[in-house]
Amino acid sequence: MSKVTENERYQRQISLKELGESGQQKLKNSKVLVVGAGGLGCPALLYLAGAGIGRIGIVDFDLVSLSNLHRQVLFSVHDIGLSKSMKAGDILGKLNPDIEIEVFNQKLDNSNALEILAGFDIILDGTDNFASRYLINDACVLLNKTLVYGAISRFEGQLAVFNKASIPTEIPANYRDLFPLPPADNEVLNCEEAGVIGVLPGIIGTMMANETIKLITGIGEPLLNRLLTYNSLNNRFFEMDLVVMPETKSMIPANADSFKAFNYHWFCNINSNFELNQDDFERIMNDQDIQIVDVREQGEKPLIDDFKHSQIPLSHLKEQIPDMDAQTIVLFCQSGKRSLSAAELLSKHYGQSRKIYSLKDGIAGWQKNK
Amino acid sequence: MQVHIMFFGQLTDITGTQELVLHDIYDTNTLQETLHELYPALANAKYAIAMNKKTIQGNSMFSGDSTIALLPPFSGG
Repeated sequence: MSKVTENERYQRQISLKELGESGQQKLKNSKVLVVGAGGLGCPALLYLAGAGIGRIGIVDFDLVSLSNLHRQVLFSVHDIGLSKSMKAGDILGKLNPDIEIEVFNQKLDNSNALEILAGFDIILDGTDNFASRYLINDACVLLNKTLVYGAISRFEGQLAVFNKASIPTEIPANYRDLFPLPPADNEVLNCEEAGVIGVLPGIIGTMMANETIKLITGIGEPLLNRLLTYNSLNNRFFEMDLVVMPETKSMIPANADSFKAFNYHWFCNINSNFELNQDDFERIMNDQDIQIVDVREQGEKPLIDDFKHSQIPLSHLKEQIPDMDAQTIVLFCQSGKRSLSAAELLSKHYGQSRKIYSLKDGIAGWQKNK
Repeated sequence: MQVHIMFFGQLTDITGTQELVLHDIYDTNTLQETLHELYPALANAKYAIAMNKKTIQGNSMFSGDSTIALLPPFSGG
């Protein structure tokens, strides 16, 4: 498209003195990935495409359904059953043919995330489940990408910019500084179960696009290391500073290999499977709020002095569950079988108030791994 | 000493209120214990705590009248 028509398309924002032609050029040169073309993703995508982001990626594997239409404003009844990402790409292409749109009609997981995210400067998380949220956060930390986070529930929304320092020497906050561990599987209801007012993702998704445009053009004060909440019922905003927690770094996979080995589905659905693999154990074993317990009977060998732990034989646990204060409890035995039984016992007792793990392959695996 | 507590998201299903004021509490651990006594289901819920608009982990002392926000994770999108 000619420079003249291009200037006409963006004239109303170029005329903002804070943005100007140089700001428009920055938008044109930028690459933004939106994960989830749902309630948050749809409005974000519309405004990002409208603003002239040079390259927009859309990741979604889901299909449009009728119950999406009250909030997923890109789609119509004619699109039911079609791929969200492909349909979104199609619509944005018509809205702004001057930009490049890349469609990823697939589920983002730890086998493809690093590769997909690497091609973009800023990532928007508009997903609808914790496994994806932790996965995207961790991938952004590993790749040093700015993450624009939005999340909603019923009438309330959360918005933040993660992993972007406000000054070069600062360590930026990320999602795990706010929520180090996911809630138990059934503790937080999703939109399907809890319901959501359609306008809310429209507001939060639009704010995500706004933060993105501010980040790219360098105008205003993006929510760096801050979390904003919005209550649509009483129109109250509440803002807080996110403090970087010293233990966060150790919770995030240290490199691409351990990221690819990390089971995010398991991590977020702990009750269906308590098993903790040896690498994950090594990563969390020195966390502050952890209790490691040997559930073998007294006198069983080998004795372990590689890490701090207490001893509560499985036979005792069957009689009575002691008070355990730690947020995370890792149980181990010889091979990982008895600790699995112990994990089930503790889980029944403590419900979702603790993260309970059983060390996979037990001490046998631990010694083999060393 | 006065502590003004704000509950967000589905925590209000447990508490039945968005706000609460408590007196004579000197640190966040004691505050959490008191809240868990008042609302036992809160003990099983995950939430982040912000004290005077800054997130905290572990126990923190109140140095005067304070605002506490209890913020659950949202997954919806």
